[in-house]
Amino acid sequence: MSTVHVPSTIKITVQRYRPELDDKPWQQAFEVPYHFDLSVLESLNYIKDNLDSSLSFRWSCRMAICGSCGFMINGVPKLGCKTFLRDYLEQGHITIAALDNFPIEKDLVADISGFVEKLETVKPYLIRKQEKPLSEGEYLQTPAEVARYKQFSQCINCGLCYAACPQFGRNPEFLGPAALALAYRYNKDSRDQGSSERMPFLNSEQGVWSCTFVGYCSEVCPKHVDPAAAINQGKLDSTLDYGLNLIGMAGGK
Amino acid sequence: MNTFKRSNEPIAWSLFGAGGMVVAFIIPVLAIITGFLFVPDSSLRVYELIDSWLSHWIGKVGLFLIISLTLYHTVHRVYHGLHDLHVKGNDVLMLVLFYGTATVLSVVCAAWLLVI
Repeated sequence: MSTVHVPSTIKITVQRYRPELDDKPWQQAFEVPYHFDLSVLESLNYIKDNLDSSLSFRWSCRMAICGSCGFMINGVPKLGCKTFLRDYLEQGHITIAALDNFPIEKDLVADISGFVEKLETVKPYLIRKQEKPLSEGEYLQTPAEVARYKQFSQCINCGLCYAACPQFGRNPEFLGPAALALAYRYNKDSRDQGSSERMPFLNSEQGVWSCTFVGYCSEVCPKHVDPAAAINQGKLDSTLDYGLNLIGMAGGK
Repeated sequence: MNTFKRSNEPIAWSLFGAGGMVVAFIIPVLAIITGFLFVPDSSLRVYELIDSWLSHWIGKVGLFLIISLTLYHTVHRVYHGLHDLHVKGNDVLMLVLFYGTATVLSVVCAAWLLVI
């Protein structure tokens, strides 16, 4: 058993940025109560309720399903609700900032509108050439067909992978991990017939080909989605599409 | 609105991928054969064995693929590695420098295999 001294409080430094008042972000330190089962999100709520009500941050479900409370916690993209003070006992200090690679709206609120736009770009819904009437029943899938896309459908759109991705940081045009994993998820769904509509996005420089397989996106994913695998398997699809296009079978552009 | 233009990266990437297979599976075997088993006067007669492989056109094609795919694999990795390290250069110049080097060396390799 390690004998780490258990403090009654812990220091949290929070990034502040109020666009109407501040030229650039600055740091504000708070001393908050420590308990082994307190999450970073709960500590932020403590600050807002008791120390400084002007602090802004996004949150909703408190259980890693809404994807709202993504922050840089000691420099690593994490969900506030899924990160606990106890994991920082040894460091004795927690720094919280808005997600990297996004513009800051206010304090810890990142502007994710560009990210949402990218998700919409890849047509993340089932596309059918012809929808069968309800009377014919549902589209059945075997367990193997479900397994091909299931893990990629667990994404909660928290944006941690975009904060982790160095390529997105350098080129905001890059569609990025979540959007490309989502495209892959629908392309691999046996009920979907729309991959030819998504391939032009994947095939482009802003698509799978901006990725150099750093893999940090998959490391930080709080839902264990592995977007890096989706993108790099997407490279194989894109290469096949390139070859088919060369011999004039895909009819792509 | 963004325009999405088809990238030509699949050409480089498929050479890189094929080279990766060669580097992972064949190069270690060749390294052992030529680095450790290639002992003069050994009863294994490794030199004579390789020499007889390379006198046949299938052996020549095989060695050409092994060497040139490894070259393309290497330059692709270094090219994108430099991007990750924020080393910047003129786009066309970098492409010619890296993939051009692999191409020139592949041609030299093919010529040498034809001569022997």
